[in-house]
Amino acid sequence: MDIVELREHLCGQYPDLCPLFSIEFGDGVLLVGSDRLHAAARDLKDLGFDRLGMVTAVDFGEEFELVYRLQSREMRAGIFVKTRVPREEPRIDSVNDLWAAANWQEREVYDMFGIVFDGHPDLRRILLTDDWVGYPLRKDYENPTIIRRPDYL
Amino acid sequence: MEEGRSEVAGVDDLAKALEHTPGGGVILTSIDAIADWARGYSLWMMPMGTACCAMELIAASFSKFDFDRHGSIPRPDPRHTDVMVVAGTITHKMAPAVKRLWAQMPDPKWCIAMGNCAISGGIFYYDTYSVVRGVDEFLPVDIYIAGCPPRPESLQDAILRLREKVRAESISPSRVRAVEGVLPLPGDPLRGESAAASEGSDV
Repeated sequence: MDIVELREHLCGQYPDLCPLFSIEFGDGVLLVGSDRLHAAARDLKDLGFDRLGMVTAVDFGEEFELVYRLQSREMRAGIFVKTRVPREEPRIDSVNDLWAAANWQEREVYDMFGIVFDGHPDLRRILLTDDWVGYPLRKDYENPTIIRRPDYL
Repeated sequence: MEEGRSEVAGVDDLAKALEHTPGGGVILTSIDAIADWARGYSLWMMPMGTACCAMELIAASFSKFDFDRHGSIPRPDPRHTDVMVVAGTITHKMAPAVKRLWAQMPDPKWCIAMGNCAISGGIFYYDTYSVVRGVDEFLPVDIYIAGCPPRPESLQDAILRLREKVRAESISPSRVRAVEGVLPLPGDPLRGESAAASEGSDV
């Protein structure tokens, strides 16, 4: 499958994706619901996205946006898969069964944002200490040991 | 020997002292002098490199700067080392490991805080939740080297200054000699008053 066929396939499968896909750069963004994420990831892996580049998250206040970067060595294409989970109950299916690279990446997202990955084999903190309280990359994170930079610096 | 400085300063001085000794085969010295001489010229380093300062620390060991000539060689085992060079940012998660490595080093031991991160947290002082603001929060630091990162020359200066400090120490903790160029540390019971009291006298 080359990149033109990939685009046609994705446009048929995911109509919202089509305007966001650029053939020139071999790059696209796919916005899916959190319940469909695992199915979409499996679909994309079957299409040839054999590499999970990274997993990260963004704090948008009411909800977190999860960002997955998938890459295909054969097609020389990359795609972002984005999904949103509510802040009250941040849960998402793990893609560790599709790409083993997701293991540590999802642990880091759990460490920094507190998003729980269902089906993850070893979901515990990876960078911070095990007894750490809170999730530092959340916008409302507070820690009394932080010294705020004064205005004049 | 030189007045006011009874300890052996180096191999050259040792050779000179040998010639001035009647008979030539005997040197009279104090145990302190010979112990400090040995310690000062074999300050083996525990390279606690955690960030970019470690690159300068590594460069210091190689041929251009060649710290072997000072007797300072990096050893991977803390039980072989005398001076811990903390080169880099220490996070709260790393701090227990550093502390443990420090505890594994045999006495006498010294600590060099290399670079701004090891001194105070450096650029991570403000707005950071994960970085220890200076290794002196949990280690007794002897020498601080400023820089981000410092050049190997700065580390060389620190080793030479540390040698002066080592030569001011005694194998007996109650006897501390004052050596020119080393200031007594305020608040340090071993080096504060007793060092000032013995200043000028050759203990």
